[in-house]
Amino acid sequence: MSQELVDKTRDLEPGERVLLARHPNRPHIEDFVENVFTDFFEQKGDHLYDEDRSIFGGIARFHGRPVTVLGHKKGRGMEENIACNFGMPCPEGYRKAKRLMEQAEKFHRPIITFIDTPGAYPGLEAEEHGQGEAIAKNLAFMSSLHVPVISIVSGEGNSGGALAIGVANKILMLENAIYSVLSPEGFATILWKDSTRAGEAAKVMKLTAEDLKEAGVCDEIIPEVPGGAQENPVALYKEVEKALEKILSAYESMSPEQIREDRLKKYRNI
Amino acid sequence: MQSPIKTLVDMVKDRDLKQKALSDRVGSTAPIKIPSAFIACKKCGRRALRVRWEEHAFVCPHCGTYGPIGAYYRLNLLYDAGTFQELDKEIEVKDPLDFPEYREKVKDLEKKTGLKEAVVSSKGQIGGIPVVTLVMDSRFLMGSMSQAVGEKITRGIETADREHCPLIIFSASGGARMQEGIFSLMQMAKTSAAIELFSEHGGLFISFLTHPTTGGVTASFATLGDITLAEPGALIGFAGPRVIEQTINRKLPKGFQRSEYLEQHGFIDAIVERKNMRDSLIQILSLHQK
Repeated sequence: MSQELVDKTRDLEPGERVLLARHPNRPHIEDFVENVFTDFFEQKGDHLYDEDRSIFGGIARFHGRPVTVLGHKKGRGMEENIACNFGMPCPEGYRKAKRLMEQAEKFHRPIITFIDTPGAYPGLEAEEHGQGEAIAKNLAFMSSLHVPVISIVSGEGNSGGALAIGVANKILMLENAIYSVLSPEGFATILWKDSTRAGEAAKVMKLTAEDLKEAGVCDEIIPEVPGGAQENPVALYKEVEKALEKILSAYESMSPEQIREDRLKKYRNI
Repeated sequence: MQSPIKTLVDMVKDRDLKQKALSDRVGSTAPIKIPSAFIACKKCGRRALRVRWEEHAFVCPHCGTYGPIGAYYRLNLLYDAGTFQELDKEIEVKDPLDFPEYREKVKDLEKKTGLKEAVVSSKGQIGGIPVVTLVMDSRFLMGSMSQAVGEKITRGIETADREHCPLIIFSASGGARMQEGIFSLMQMAKTSAAIELFSEHGGLFISFLTHPTTGGVTASFATLGDITLAEPGALIGFAGPRVIEQTINRKLPKGFQRSEYLEQHGFIDAIVERKNMRDSLIQILSLHQK
């Protein structure tokens, strides 16, 4: 890449980062699972009603330790996008995530979640099946966990649909990831009744990794190569691996109660 | 015969609460303003004398549509005379994102509603049982969840936990406070964590959903009650009906996301009419007394 382009990508507008966060070639949960973890065993279904493919997860090893890893799955290519509902979970997806996390608690496995969603699915059946209730139960449950939870915002993290798998001890964000109360489009629609002002919204929302680090929401920023993570995924996997190892080993010396207390404190002070 | 609600209002000797409740009535936007004698129903359009609305606790005397009531007015209907005590009054709106025109908007609303935030926290007694009651007020930026709202709700939960008394939250919210961005979102985690701790300690939480309860409030403390009640006809959901309609590109069924619909789909214990609100709560509270 030319030096000019490198310089340019160092100083992106928030609206441009939004586009990078949604780049179709950006590494997704399934890529992280394949390249950062080993021995992955996928667990499907909420075991109540349905299998929601917008949440992907299971058990794996990270540097030898068994962990539970899960996250939003957008899918690649139109067919898979549709099967994964573009990464917008229904209540069944959140209940599946909760089921996996309950097992992590039972078997004392650290939990690693990857956040990348436009939001929870605003659909008719999703409402009938209790979208709000499913998200709320996850928030309450995650706050009670005695195993470390690390959330990595890898793409876009929007609304309660992102938070529902993101009540973590540590929140990491990739350099070009965004995390916000709502998509910039939705935000502009609500405040100004004009979704085309999304770029402007992105500016005032403070949704970039840097903004959120300053706000104390994001604990660590994982660097991407200039131009975005899709330009060199291998470099990104190495960075993610490095950050995870550092944090997980730090939590190994803490008692289950301390781990929970650590998470409670983080949210109590926001 | 005098209506039971009227008697209740008369019973309240608490001057502070009564005064606030007076300025809280439907139709009066300013604390000091001479209200007109008639109020028209927003649904059926028919008018009735203010005193008749009051007798019906602001449920339309003609068609039964539920009019919104202010937080203090509701507390006035609820508490035993002279037991109301406001909590965490000093907490005010913050502006964490330094959002354009937000402070001005809040100042304006403070003047109009006499409220400092979209929730009023209190403790008092209902049927002789001490409780913490938090009431959201949709007149203040649609009852949206701000950092201050999240903080007041969390402190209210912690007070109930500390004093070992039941907690009642009346929700009314359009969802997140856009002007506070991520800080608004994080209040969902904060309040849910507080409810979880309260629940682990054996606390009773009655969640009372009123029109409208949506977005981040639905997806956090409002749906974490041991007992979930709702006022008739209240809109309750996560996503708003317009967004859903645009997403799925078809018409929504009649009564979708209303209290009765949620009851049918298994998310509500009971729908409670406003005139029975106090009695129902006394029944539930006393069933949890040892």
